[in-house]
Amino acid sequence: MSKGDKAFGITVTFVIMFLFWILLSGLFDAFHLIAGAICCGIVTLISHDLLVRGKDRKFIVKSLRLFRYIPWEFWQIVLANIDVAYRVLHPKMPIDPLIIEFETPLRSDFSLVTLANSITLTPGTITISVDPEKGTFRVHAIAKEPADALLVDQTMQRKVAEIFFVEPSGTDQPAKS
Amino acid sequence: MVLVNGMVTLFLAAGLFFTLVGSIGLLRFPDFYTRLHATGKCDTLGAGLIIVGLIIYHFFGYSKGVLVPARLAFLVFFIFIANPVATHAIMKAADETGLKPWKVGEERK
Repeated sequence: MSKGDKAFGITVTFVIMFLFWILLSGLFDAFHLIAGAICCGIVTLISHDLLVRGKDRKFIVKSLRLFRYIPWEFWQIVLANIDVAYRVLHPKMPIDPLIIEFETPLRSDFSLVTLANSITLTPGTITISVDPEKGTFRVHAIAKEPADALLVDQTMQRKVAEIFFVEPSGTDQPAKS
Repeated sequence: MVLVNGMVTLFLAAGLFFTLVGSIGLLRFPDFYTRLHATGKCDTLGAGLIIVGLIIYHFFGYSKGVLVPARLAFLVFFIFIANPVATHAIMKAADETGLKPWKVGEERK
């Protein structure tokens, strides 16, 4: 990790921490701001490498792309809930659980977590386990259609891969559609 | 004011509906994994909608302050991150202890 990367990580962590402090305290007098700055400084020194790994200079770009992905994801969550509500309230309970496995081109921690959480929140599927080295996902699906959405359509994998697209030096590759 | 109250009621009712459906699913579904489907998703959106209702109420009706709605918005944000992670963790623990998923036609467990 070079020195510049470390400084970048520390700055980003500190700014986020401090904004969060202001939000939670809601007080703008000198005492609270200085106390906040000291506390954020200590936390940043201890844990700056948790939030931003030194290498990843594209952190901000990726975060911005993530914000573009969130509205779509939110719509999927609403669909997921309507789907579950339908299956729960239907007198015959149309469920047919199965476990599926598939591979993704994603490798970095952040992208795997995003995809795993997205799978859990979207209609009829929950991530069971992730193999970070091969990018393999094991997913429990409640019926056949949601499983097909992941295996055949792969819309979600493509969207997540788009966010975390990194040029040759990186390990994340865009999915082939 | 009527409009604000209407919207707040709508959000709270939708949130309560999904939370209720989650609870019914917890009771009706046949095994551990499928029950997690009901709770993991419905609780997330249910809690989210209820808090959105509270944000609207606080911002337009109650005090018009910005700080409390902003804090509530962060609450929604953290619920939407923490809930799927917790669901996944429980699922993984069950899978690693060797619990077999339910298949169609079996007895409910």
